[in-house]
Amino acid sequence: MKPEDTIQLAHGGGGRLSRDLIQSEIVARFGKGPLAGLPDAATLPWDTKKIIFTTDSFVVQPLEFPGGNIGDLAVHGTVNDIAVSGGLPKWLSMGLILEEGLPVSTLRRILDSVKAAADACGVTIATGDTKVVGRGQCDGLFINTSGIGESLDGFHLGPELVSVGDDVIVSGGLADHGFAVLAARHNISIGSNLKTDSAPVHRLVQSVQNLAGGIRFMRDPTRGGLASVLAEIVDGRKTGINLLEAELPFSTGARALSEILGIDPLHVASEGRVVIICSPDVSAALLEKWNGMHEGAGARRIGKVTNDKGRVTIKTVAGGQRIVDVPRGELLPRIC
Amino acid sequence: MKYIDGYRNPEAAERLNSRIAVLACQLKDRHKTAAIMEVCGTHTMAIARFGIRSALPENVDLISGPGCPVCVTETGYIDAAIALAGKESIIVTFGDMINVPGSESTLAQTRSSGGSVETVYSPSNALTLARNNPDREIVFLAIGFETTIAPIATLIETATKEGLRNLSLLTAFKLVPPALKALMTDPELKIDAFLCPAHVSAIIGSDAYRPFTGPKGVPCVVAGFEPLDILLAIDGILSQLVAGTAEVENQYNRVVKPEGNIKARSLMEKYLQPVDARWRGLGMVPQSGLGIRPEYGEFDAEKKHGIKIQQGREPAGCLCGDVIKGKLKPTACPQFAKACTPDHAIGPCMVSSEGSCSAYFKYMR
Repeated sequence: MKPEDTIQLAHGGGGRLSRDLIQSEIVARFGKGPLAGLPDAATLPWDTKKIIFTTDSFVVQPLEFPGGNIGDLAVHGTVNDIAVSGGLPKWLSMGLILEEGLPVSTLRRILDSVKAAADACGVTIATGDTKVVGRGQCDGLFINTSGIGESLDGFHLGPELVSVGDDVIVSGGLADHGFAVLAARHNISIGSNLKTDSAPVHRLVQSVQNLAGGIRFMRDPTRGGLASVLAEIVDGRKTGINLLEAELPFSTGARALSEILGIDPLHVASEGRVVIICSPDVSAALLEKWNGMHEGAGARRIGKVTNDKGRVTIKTVAGGQRIVDVPRGELLPRIC
Repeated sequence: MKYIDGYRNPEAAERLNSRIAVLACQLKDRHKTAAIMEVCGTHTMAIARFGIRSALPENVDLISGPGCPVCVTETGYIDAAIALAGKESIIVTFGDMINVPGSESTLAQTRSSGGSVETVYSPSNALTLARNNPDREIVFLAIGFETTIAPIATLIETATKEGLRNLSLLTAFKLVPPALKALMTDPELKIDAFLCPAHVSAIIGSDAYRPFTGPKGVPCVVAGFEPLDILLAIDGILSQLVAGTAEVENQYNRVVKPEGNIKARSLMEKYLQPVDARWRGLGMVPQSGLGIRPEYGEFDAEKKHGIKIQQGREPAGCLCGDVIKGKLKPTACPQFAKACTPDHAIGPCMVSSEGSCSAYFKYMR
C-alpha cells in the first residue's frame, strides 16, 4: 500500500492533509445542509428559534498536563465550538472509552475536572455513555463530548463576509496549550511557567453580542494554530490577511519552546482563545470590553484584512514581509 | 528570552533599515548595486523568516550561496551510502539527508525496503549505536562544514580510546574559505561582498576571511543569526562599499574571535587532512574538503568497505547546482513550487531545512 492509501497522523493535524481528507471523504458524502462550509458547530432551525449542535472527540496524551487534563479540555472544546458559532452552550453529552487497567483514581480526577469545568461554564452534562476496551485497544481514556446551545441573536458569521480593512483580533496569548502538552509528554523543562490556556470562551462571545453586527467571523485556533484558521478564511477568496509579528501575543514559555524545537508557534494550538475578524468600527469597543474581563485580559489587534488574494502574510520584527505557511505534516499529534 | 528579544527589536530594525536605505541611495548615486552573498544556510533561513530581503532597497540584493551542507553533497555520495546500506551496514545520518535524491533512489526508500538507516541529532549517537551493536558495521554519514566537522572528529578520538572497531565515517566534509575563493574567481558571478557565517566563523575565526579582502577583495562581514545581527551586517557591508573599502568586520564578536576555536581546529587537524572535493554546483574545488588521515584509515568507510564515491547523476530537470552557486534564484527555477515542492522534492535545495528553495517555498512564495 502507498502511504496515501492509509490514514497518517498528519491527517489529524489540522493542516493541508486534514483538509483534503475531510473534503474528499466527509464533505463529499455529508456536506450538504448544516455541514456545508464546515462550521465548528451546526445551526439548526428549531420551531421559530435556532439551536447550535456540535461534537468533538478528545485523545490528548498525556491525560494530565500543566494547567488541565482531558476532562476540562473536553468541556472547553465543545463549549468553545458552540460559542464561536454564535451560540450559548447549554447541554453536553459525555461518552467515555476507558482502557482496561486505567487507575480509578485517575478517572476520578478527570471526572472531577469535567464537573468543575461544566459548573464553571454553566452547562449541564445531560447524557452519557461508558465503554471499556481491552489493554492496548485505546490509550488510557478517550472522551467524546457533543453539545447543544441556543443561537445568540445578531451573529451572522462566515469567511465570505470578511472584507478588506477588517481587523484581526485575538482574545489572548496563543499556542500555550500545544506547547504545554508537548512539554509534558516529553518531560521538557524550560524553567518557565508554561501551562495550557484551556478555558471557555462563551462569555467573551456573549459579552460582544451588542457588537455582533460588526463581527464577521469567529473561530478558536485549535489544531493547526492561528496559521490554519487564517488560511481557511482567505483560501480561494479575494481577501488576504497581513499580521504584525510584533503584536503577536506569545508567552515566554511558548516562544522559548518554539525557538528550541524550531516549531512555528503560529502552527500550534490554543484551547481557550478566539480569533475574531470584525469591522474596524467595532474593534475599539470590543477590545475595551474584553480587556476588562479575566478571559480577555490579553486581547489585542494583530493584523488587518487585505486585498492580497488568498495570501496570509506577516510584517516581521525586522520590518520585512513574508508569507505564513500552513503546517504541512504532523508536528504535534494528539494535543486535544 | 532577553538574549533573543534584544536582537529582534522592531524600532532598532527600523532605524537600521533607514540607514541601509540612505547607504543604498549613496551607492545608487554612483550607479552601483550591491550583490551580497550570504554563504550560510542558516542565514538563508533567517533572512527568509524575517522577511529581510523584502525590505531591502532595489539596488541591494542578497544572494543565497552554497551554505547548506546537504545541498552541496553530490549525488554520488548518496549512491555510496545506499550501497553501504545494501552491505548490511547500519547507516547513521542527520535527518535531512534521508530524503535527498541519489541517482536512483533515496535513503528513505532504502529504509522502507528494509535497509538499516538511523537518523540522529548528534554524532555521539553513532557511538552509542556502535557500542550496542558490536556485530554490525556502523557507518556515519560525515558531511558538513567546519561547525559540524569538529564534533564529528571526536568520534574518531572516542572510538580509538574505547577500541570500537565497528564504526567508520563516509566523509564529504566541506570547507568554507576555499569555496569563497572559487566563487570570487568565477566569471559567471559578480559578488560585491560576503555576509560570512556565524557558527563556522566561531571555529575558523574572522581572520580566515582576510585573504578575500584588500585592494582586490570584497567586504567580508561576520554576522549572527538574529534579524538585527543580519541588518547590522548589511549596514556594515554597504558602508564599506560606499567608502570603497574591503575589510573583515566581525559583527558577531559576542561569539566569534579573530583566531576562532583553536581547540576544535587542532582536533580536526589531528584526525583529518585537506583533500580536493566535489561540490554540487561548484564542481571540483581544490583542497576544499577534509578526509581522514591515512594513520586513522580504519575509520574511513571508503577504505574499510572497499567502495568509492563516484560522480552521480543529477535528477532530471534539477537546477539545484545553479541555485547553490547563486546563479539562479529559487523562484526562477521552472520546477519551483510546481513539480518541485517539499512533499515531492526533485533536488536537495527543496529537501533540506537549510536549503534555499525550501526557505523560499516556506516564506517567500
